[in-house]
Amino acid sequence: MTSDSDGDLAPRLELHGITKIYPSVIANEDVSLSVKRGEIHAVLGENGAGKSTLMKMIYGVAKPDAGEMKWEGEVVHVENPAHARSLGIGMVFQHFSLFETLNVVENVALALPGNPDLKQLAEQITEVSNRYGLPVDPGRLVHALSVGERQRVEIIRCLLQNPKLLIMDEPTSVLTPQAVRKLFDTLRQLADEGCSILYISHKLDEIQELCHVATVLRDGKVTGDCIPSEETPKSMASLMIGKELPVPEHSAPAELGEVRLQLKRLSKESNDPFGTHLRDMELEVRSGEILGIAGVSGNGQQELLYALSGEIPVDDPDSIVICGAPSGRDLPDQRRGNGMGFVPEERLGRGAVPRMSLTENALLTAHRSGMLKRGMIQFDKISAFASKCIEDFNVKCGGAEHAANSLSGGNLQKFIMGREILLTPKLLVVAQPTWGVDVGAAAFIRQQLIDLRNEGTAILVISEELEELFEISDRIAVIAEGRISPAKKLADTNIDEIGVWMSGMWDQAVPAEVVAHD
Amino acid sequence: MDGSIISSILFATIVAGTPLIIVALGQLIAEKSGVLNLGAEGMMAMGAIAGFAVTLHSGNPWLGVLAGMAAGIAMSFIFAVVVLTLMANQVASGLALSILGVGLSAFIGKPYESEILPTVETIRIPLLADLPIIGGPLFNQQALVYFSWALFAGIAWFLYRSRPGLILRAVGESPSSAHSIGYHAINIRYMATLFGGAMAGVGGAFLSVFYTPLWVEGMVSGRGWIAIALVVFATWRPFRVLVGAYLFGGVMVAQLFVQGSGLEINIPSQFLSALPYLATIVVLVIISRDQNTVRLNAPVSLGQPFRPEA
Repeated sequence: MTSDSDGDLAPRLELHGITKIYPSVIANEDVSLSVKRGEIHAVLGENGAGKSTLMKMIYGVAKPDAGEMKWEGEVVHVENPAHARSLGIGMVFQHFSLFETLNVVENVALALPGNPDLKQLAEQITEVSNRYGLPVDPGRLVHALSVGERQRVEIIRCLLQNPKLLIMDEPTSVLTPQAVRKLFDTLRQLADEGCSILYISHKLDEIQELCHVATVLRDGKVTGDCIPSEETPKSMASLMIGKELPVPEHSAPAELGEVRLQLKRLSKESNDPFGTHLRDMELEVRSGEILGIAGVSGNGQQELLYALSGEIPVDDPDSIVICGAPSGRDLPDQRRGNGMGFVPEERLGRGAVPRMSLTENALLTAHRSGMLKRGMIQFDKISAFASKCIEDFNVKCGGAEHAANSLSGGNLQKFIMGREILLTPKLLVVAQPTWGVDVGAAAFIRQQLIDLRNEGTAILVISEELEELFEISDRIAVIAEGRISPAKKLADTNIDEIGVWMSGMWDQAVPAEVVAHD
Repeated sequence: MDGSIISSILFATIVAGTPLIIVALGQLIAEKSGVLNLGAEGMMAMGAIAGFAVTLHSGNPWLGVLAGMAAGIAMSFIFAVVVLTLMANQVASGLALSILGVGLSAFIGKPYESEILPTVETIRIPLLADLPIIGGPLFNQQALVYFSWALFAGIAWFLYRSRPGLILRAVGESPSSAHSIGYHAINIRYMATLFGGAMAGVGGAFLSVFYTPLWVEGMVSGRGWIAIALVVFATWRPFRVLVGAYLFGGVMVAQLFVQGSGLEINIPSQFLSALPYLATIVVLVIISRDQNTVRLNAPVSLGQPFRPEA
């Protein structure tokens, strides 16, 4: 790593008028930015603003249609990722590019030139991981690592190539708050050593805390440059989404009604060799409340959702009670019949049939509410329902007759959420309600969930976004290593405590100052 | 049962298993890169006729093996262009390749149907070949039998000890990740597919030049399919391929032995003929039940086309 911090040198990276056009969309239009040496430079924008495309072009995964890129003052055309790496550009992907069936050393070795000796490399990995506070065991298989550990492997892999520019694509979306702080320390240390960092995010508070400079993108264009420390989250948000950020209204907790979902010592061995076993889960969700379940992904969320939806029934019928009915062995259809609605994490395949129209997809879960007449489909009713869903939830699509897979992820999410919400179920189980949805639409979906709660629905939300859970939940619990923590009222807890719990430590009493300073 | 019978059964078992080992190990490499080529049967058939014809005209069985290899490479090259460059569906293209190979070989082979090749002498390894019982079967064998062992050792080393093998496994798990860290996934898949084709061709030539030195239409008789099944049931691990191939060979020889022995048994001969296929699949299904092994060894991207982003 170079240690030059001389301001007279050419910027490490300059982009001039970069444009990238895909068949249906202009991903980037006339984007220019400049990154100095040792600078942490934020690229801020909503989902679909063109941040990732821009980074892919810098890293050589995609090629720009127009524009010029300068590396340390010289014009370069990055042909492919190998070329980018030879220049000194490293990238940590949002969806990791690790190989699960290989171990850490092998994964790192693949990214290095030549034929490194694996034993020596393992020592190097340990050394780098100690120097930057990124603990990881070089001998372990990647599939057995937590998401946070995988990210460390990605970062270490980049660091071993002595990068001059490190691109981080939404690195914190998978981390606990404590892990985020550690990551920031590492990034600051790197920047002090002269490495430039391009930091992509839509989280305003993080950018304010970490970044020296920010470039804001909207619809593929630069809408402004700013110094985050001199801005307010509000002013950056208006640059990012072009209007004020709507804040959901969280009215006082509604009258709590009957218990709609109860887990009694729910345990389930996972069939998946890399899965998590559920152990003795206890939980209660009442009518008129939103219970949020926080946790780092891979701690049993998937398995819990399969057990709740009925896709993988459990042996003991009494361990899952839905609206008073012991339902452990019931199939999804029976559970829906008892008044449960369900939104899975995967939109295509589980939430919707990709090649079927929106109308047909609506019918799949709405068929109970008067859409059938003696077994015949009432097409006028179902298309009215689908159209209402599209209208109410502002789903951008060609029309109700278009296939589900023609929608963008965020719009399909809005449609699926709308479909379940419009059915006003007694109990709604939702995974990642706003995953991949832009900030404005996310606020809208959250508001809809709160409104639904006010009408008396019991809602269980499983999400990895802590901010989201703190925004909408009445009570919050944590899932870690297949166990579930006691639920706490929102007023009685805070992000730090939940963060500690996310590593599975709710049984131990943690002194308050440790929580505060970790 | 005296030693000479055991010895000759063992000998026949190893010979019967050899083409499967060669073909299956080739397919294993192709599949480890993420390419599922169901055309093994067709490639073997083309290898068999090419090997037979060239050996007949040149009188040199080694030229025949090379010709078989070339025929296999040519067939797999067609396949590779179709599925890797033109992004066609691998399953459908592989089935078509099988049908093409079997049909084309029958057409080319018409004039050769009455011909017979001289038997190729085995290669005797001094001293070791004199061991009782196992000496003959293991150390007085066809050259391609020794080749199949070398191939096994080479591939096991290549996959798990060498860097190109590591890259190959990485491409098979996630070509897009491999691309993003700078590997040319398509080229690597091309090479793996051509290697698979080459070995299928050699396996075919072994059948027509060494195993039964004559050409009959349909002489591959499903061995290509068994080789493909072997790779899957062996959970993409070379040693299990070896075990499965010899198991198949062993039951094949045993049922022939029973059928030819004139023993009074009330089992239809068709059932006996089906036994090797059945036994191999049953045993391999049992040993591949461990989900963990499957998940750690199966190439995740198997059969999926990959196109790097423009």
